[in-house]
Amino acid sequence: MTMTALLECRALVKHFSAGGGLFARQRATVHAVNGVDLALAEGETLALIGESGCGKTTLGRVLGGLYPPTSGAVLFRGAPLERARARARRAIQMVFQDPFAALDPRMTAGAIVEEPLRIHRAGGRRERRGKVAALMNAVGLSEALLDRYPHEFSGGQRQRIGIARALALEPDAIIADEPVSALDVSIQSQILNLLRDLQDARGLAYLFVTHDLAVVDFIADRVAVMYLGRIVELAPRAALFAAPRHPYTRALRAAAPEPGRRRARRAALRGEAPSPIAPPPGCAFHPRCPKAEDICRRVAPPLVAAGPDRAVACHRPEAP
Amino acid sequence: MIRYAAARVVESLVVIALMSFAIYALMALMPGDPIDIMVQSDPDLTPADAARLKALYGLDKPIAERYGNWLAAAAAGDFGHSRIHHRPVLEILGPRLVNTLVLMGATLLISLAIAVPVGVASALRPYSTADYAINFVALAGISAPPFWLALLAIMLFSVNLGWLPAGGMGGLDEPRGGLAGLWESARYLILPVAVLSAASVGGLTRFVRAATMEVMRQDYIRTARAKGARRGRIVFRHALRNAMIPVVTILALSFGTLFSGALITETMFGYLGMGKLIYDSIIGNDYNMALIGLLFATALVLFGNLLADLCYAWLDPRVSYR
Repeated sequence: MTMTALLECRALVKHFSAGGGLFARQRATVHAVNGVDLALAEGETLALIGESGCGKTTLGRVLGGLYPPTSGAVLFRGAPLERARARARRAIQMVFQDPFAALDPRMTAGAIVEEPLRIHRAGGRRERRGKVAALMNAVGLSEALLDRYPHEFSGGQRQRIGIARALALEPDAIIADEPVSALDVSIQSQILNLLRDLQDARGLAYLFVTHDLAVVDFIADRVAVMYLGRIVELAPRAALFAAPRHPYTRALRAAAPEPGRRRARRAALRGEAPSPIAPPPGCAFHPRCPKAEDICRRVAPPLVAAGPDRAVACHRPEAP
Repeated sequence: MIRYAAARVVESLVVIALMSFAIYALMALMPGDPIDIMVQSDPDLTPADAARLKALYGLDKPIAERYGNWLAAAAAGDFGHSRIHHRPVLEILGPRLVNTLVLMGATLLISLAIAVPVGVASALRPYSTADYAINFVALAGISAPPFWLALLAIMLFSVNLGWLPAGGMGGLDEPRGGLAGLWESARYLILPVAVLSAASVGGLTRFVRAATMEVMRQDYIRTARAKGARRGRIVFRHALRNAMIPVVTILALSFGTLFSGALITETMFGYLGMGKLIYDSIIGNDYNMALIGLLFATALVLFGNLLADLCYAWLDPRVSYR
């Protein structure tokens, strides 16, 4: 990539030590993110997909600066996040999954949206008030609702508040962690449309963490497929859906229900994803891969370029 | 909200009325009555005299009738005389109530001043060495019986070291002017307050810790971090405000426990409060005094409960009473 990415990570690793307890001899380590290179360009929507527990949420939070990485680097406009923290904090905002839990129940909607402005000392009191009202309007909420508490709103309205809060500091990028998965389908499309309109109006970049391929199809420019802490495939959306090259991507696509397609044709993945506490040697996907060969059990495949603007981490990728 | 509070006050009055009968009946059922005590202390009284006196005071009548008489007088504002103090019971009750409220208030303030910061500190570094140490001390405080702690405290600070008075009021009931006078009086408060606090602070600390840990796990704390809020702001503006909701509730509810704890502690230190008053009245068969003392204790507990519910609605926007 010639241009400097808005947000980028290199060889990013995030481990958590799991439980263990007082008398455990050794603490287990969860390899949530296990060496990820990823770049988010200005104004694009990059979807990060994968099944539960693959580390996509953790990756989103590390990129959002909520967790420090175990190793590797996060770069904001080419500068390490630790050094660009103040700028990055304003420029990269997050929207969370559960709109029922993510808003402080003791603050009014107005105070929630205003708080980032107060923290970052943006403007005087009246200026902030005006800005909050404008933000509420921008996400399709009436300013008359400013003094209400979160419990007085519906799920969709709360997610709108969460989005207004994220927009308050006029960020360059929003990391959205499953922002619609807790909502009804009809509300999902409203929120997705809102996010797209906001992107058009403000030139936002989105890192969209999701497991819902329909959502990906609607909103993404590019897609990164994650499996057990690693990116296994990276491609423009259309190309990925038309011709997935990693067997896991194929399986994911096949598993997604599609109207009009008969059940029998779905080639579902067998078995569970291996534990991120003890990832298998070689390619993490080999225990479930229909094409696994000897090399897959021994050597982890690197993510290598595979065609225009795409990459795949597989020893035996599908034909383009 | 006003309607709700009014309804609760009416409810409380009904409970107090019911309690007055229960207490009256229980005391009447206790073996012995004031006349029996007079007989014991005055060998010149014949059984005939005793029977005449009992008839005079109405002690020979059935309980229900005696209660009816008391209630009628009480409704007219006459709660009777104290047998021990030879004065109207309300006159005696007033200053005693103030003394107990001073004791409870000081205990509550000190418990809070210790429990909130310590509990929060413990919750912010759960399962650290400091957390384990805090929990151990808290558990020790919860487990130690106040009467035993009181004895140890008297032994150490009064008998061996001679720093503080072992008991009594030292003019707390009629405070002298000036700073020196105030300190002289306050000295008598230190040990009872310390013993009472030791009992309540442990439980409160653990409660604050649990409430804070619960809140720190919430998604909106992560939201606050994503906004760029510093640790202090997260703890004080987001975590503490939410964690205090259950804490305030438990505090108001603990009025009753604190009061019964005060009963024992006041007796141990000869502190002239409600607890000692009730204790002496029951031992001395002072019906009128014990009855009104226990009723006030009941009212205090009910008031604590009402306060807890109102605080709850005031602190938590999700709760509203209609």
